[in-house]
Amino acid sequence: MENKVKINDFVVRFANVNGTGSASANYLFTKAIFKMGVFVTPKNIFPSNIQGLPTWYEVRVSEKGYLGRREGIDLMVAVNPQSFAKDVASVKPGGYFMYDSSKKLHEEFIRPDVNYIGIPLMQMSNDAFTDARQRQLFKNIIYVGALTALLDIEFSAIEGLLADQFKGKEKLIAPNIKALQLGVEYVKKNFTYPLEFRVQRRDLLKDWIMMEGNAACGLGAVYAGATVAAWYPITPSTSVVENFSEYAAEMRVDKETGKNNFAIVQAEDELAAIGMVIGANWNGARSFTATSGPGVSLMNEFLGLAYFAEIPAVLIDVQRTGPSTGMPTRTQQSDIMEAAYASHGDTKHVLLFPSTPKECFEMTAEAFDLAEQLQTPVIMMTDLDLGMNDHVCPPLVWDDKREYKRGKVLDAEALESIKKFGRYLDVDGDGIPYRTIPGTHPTKGSYFTRGTSRDEYAVYTEDSDAYHRNMDRLIKKWHTAKEYVPAPHVYQDKNKHVNGILFFGTSTYSSEEAMDILKEEGILVDAMRLKSFPFNKTVEDFINQHEKVFVIEQNRDAQLKSLLMIELQADPKKLVSVLNYDGMPITADNILNQIKKSLSLSTSTVKAN
Amino acid sequence: MTYVKPKFRHPELPKNKLGYTVDYYEGALSTLCAGCGHDSISAAVVQTCFEMNIEPHRLAKLSGIGCSSKTPAYFLSNSHGFNSVHGRMPSVATGANLANKDLIYFGVSGDGDTASIGMGQFVHVIRRNLNMIYIVMNNGCYGLTKGQDSATADEGSKNKTGHVNLFEGIDLSSLAIELGATFVAQSFSGDKAQLTPLIKAAIKHPGFAFINVISPCVTFNNNVGSTKSYDYVRHHIEATSTMDFVPEMTEITASYDEGSLKTVKMHDGSSIALHKLAQDWDPLDKISAMNAIQHAKQKHEILTGLLYMQPESVELHQLLNTSNKPLNTLTKKELCPGSVALADINAGLR
Repeated sequence: MENKVKINDFVVRFANVNGTGSASANYLFTKAIFKMGVFVTPKNIFPSNIQGLPTWYEVRVSEKGYLGRREGIDLMVAVNPQSFAKDVASVKPGGYFMYDSSKKLHEEFIRPDVNYIGIPLMQMSNDAFTDARQRQLFKNIIYVGALTALLDIEFSAIEGLLADQFKGKEKLIAPNIKALQLGVEYVKKNFTYPLEFRVQRRDLLKDWIMMEGNAACGLGAVYAGATVAAWYPITPSTSVVENFSEYAAEMRVDKETGKNNFAIVQAEDELAAIGMVIGANWNGARSFTATSGPGVSLMNEFLGLAYFAEIPAVLIDVQRTGPSTGMPTRTQQSDIMEAAYASHGDTKHVLLFPSTPKECFEMTAEAFDLAEQLQTPVIMMTDLDLGMNDHVCPPLVWDDKREYKRGKVLDAEALESIKKFGRYLDVDGDGIPYRTIPGTHPTKGSYFTRGTSRDEYAVYTEDSDAYHRNMDRLIKKWHTAKEYVPAPHVYQDKNKHVNGILFFGTSTYSSEEAMDILKEEGILVDAMRLKSFPFNKTVEDFINQHEKVFVIEQNRDAQLKSLLMIELQADPKKLVSVLNYDGMPITADNILNQIKKSLSLSTSTVKAN
Repeated sequence: MTYVKPKFRHPELPKNKLGYTVDYYEGALSTLCAGCGHDSISAAVVQTCFEMNIEPHRLAKLSGIGCSSKTPAYFLSNSHGFNSVHGRMPSVATGANLANKDLIYFGVSGDGDTASIGMGQFVHVIRRNLNMIYIVMNNGCYGLTKGQDSATADEGSKNKTGHVNLFEGIDLSSLAIELGATFVAQSFSGDKAQLTPLIKAAIKHPGFAFINVISPCVTFNNNVGSTKSYDYVRHHIEATSTMDFVPEMTEITASYDEGSLKTVKMHDGSSIALHKLAQDWDPLDKISAMNAIQHAKQKHEILTGLLYMQPESVELHQLLNTSNKPLNTLTKKELCPGSVALADINAGLR
């Protein structure tokens, strides 16, 4: 084979059956590469099912630090005969297909341009282990062993991981090592190794961590001082509250009393979950819920009430493809419009767009500040890709000097000092009124919370002028919010190119990669990453200063583009959509091809060199 | 109706222990129809809170949507109130209660708000034994949308338009007992003497306290043929007992016939003295309470009074083992694990 050696630049895909213990073996593989200081990004592609259906795990290794998904499988680890046909087809020409050769591979799966690595995984596992469950599990570990030899992964990295994983259960280490070695030995005896693409230790990651976005959101809520979590299980958001629960149990139990400085309620549905969040926030506790698109639909009525009654709330929307029986385990950025304008009447909501676990942590904490400062719901727009996949990212940071920004809340002393309390009075001219928490003062500050049929003093009225005044104040508050929400990230000091690209959330990795490749090809663009809604002036300027702005997003209907058009009156002809909506994370290739097509440049496969 | 609430009060109105007169517990002028049962319930709430020396700011009023849910505006204007979303008051109350366990949570709902749109939340708030008072002002119809039958309308009951209800009515009290409610009572808006001690006991009960109050809709469901009209209810009412709420440290003075007195001790030392009318009924026994309701139903009677109570009630905060201090008073010191703990977490993710 003439291929020259490629270091730290390949994609491995594992094809497994779900419920067979493959997840932990595959994780071991990924983490070993992470431990070797190399950028690695795994993606779970799994069915809405617990046992028996095909599931894939795709790992991209990148010297250059590209963390987006890439097409073109260099090595397929196929242990699920159900999906062989599809798996063989997805290997790129010249790539490798590793399979369990305990049974002969049917000739329909033989492609002349693919290299086959047959290892009798089941046979080896059956010979080495007696327990049925162990045979199943160690089959996976044997292929990890084989991969360490084929890809030159340091055996000691895996050993270290096993030692961490089985701390206190050291008995389990030896059989794992045994299984790994079986894989290593088989490769050494039967194949040329390592392959022309392989891993080499680097110090690229420095102090970076590997974490799921949902865990980071859960942890962010602990750090932000959230005390009440109410939720209803829904993929892919479930692990947000599960992580909150675990971190809280670790760090939020009073040492003296053994009592919890938090309360978690698994509600009867999403309507109740958001209702509890609103009740708790109304009563002065920081409270949040996590859900996905179908849950946001159910929460619409309450979100409107919270908007009008001006009650803080934090909602973490881990987006997925719609609807409920859509592909709930696939990723998408398709709740943008639903979240931005959730509910009936004239409502708009503050959105945050994190793109890494570090940002999930930071923005969750910030969401609580914003919700209380602006007295309105704040919706974190994360997604399945970010939430349920491991991502390498810089370490999480918390400044101990940071105080919680609780917003305009009047305590008993403040109530004593003011003449007359008006719950919906715009005292400061920024549209944000002052609020009181029940139980604060015996004679001052109480009011009756309802939607909009009230005046500035929360006194019941159906007077048109009062309604109108209130709606105008709410929009003033909306404009104020632009100064509070995180500003977009601008990639250049000054916009200087004819065209720009604009993206957010998990489209970031592939957008940045596409931008680099365009640059290599002499196509220069300015770039902006949105972090929040409402959009501020910088976003408006970015659009105005370019002839074309490519809006990259992962949904069919160009929802972000619509939002830019509605909110900034941006010229639709200027905004060119780059879309991806097949449920898989967007790739740089896909972005490049769409941009080039629009610029009338020839499309090419830039990927997979 | 009148449009201005007179401010004049007798200068020598009696004061309670806190120094407040009864008018301090009143609310805004009611906008409900003249003669509405709900206004009598509001009056009972005012009287109860006055007599119990409750600091209004230590009580939060919560409601859903409908005529009944408007009433929290008409009592305790010195309390915070929350007129939320149709059928969803229980969830708002749950969140509020979790945030601060030290306030009294007074929930008001209607038969539409509870037995139809809010049935799911009603069921689950009972399961969680949330420490709150939950009053249903039950008139068997949708007043605010002009008289449609509700899910508590009895089968065969006729409304103002002559429409006869075809469907079985939902009996909220039986349902509450079945679901594990720890305090279930039933009353009639026209019987303030019975309602006041029931509300007092409900406030004292450390858990979910449900009172189903038949409260006739004077405009849409007070006609002949309706089973929730004033006349019908007065003729079919059957009390389980007469009852006194006896605050802590007070001697029981009511004199009852030998054998009919039943005293129920409450967790804080106060007690309920019941003069039982039905000898085979025991308010501490779920099965006997269910039987009593079913027997009354067969005889087309509306059983009122305390129906069932479980004094040893374990409420949600106890179940969740939450902090002794209200969660909404905890500060960064208690809540934020800080940068050192985060460094450890980072290390574990490498």
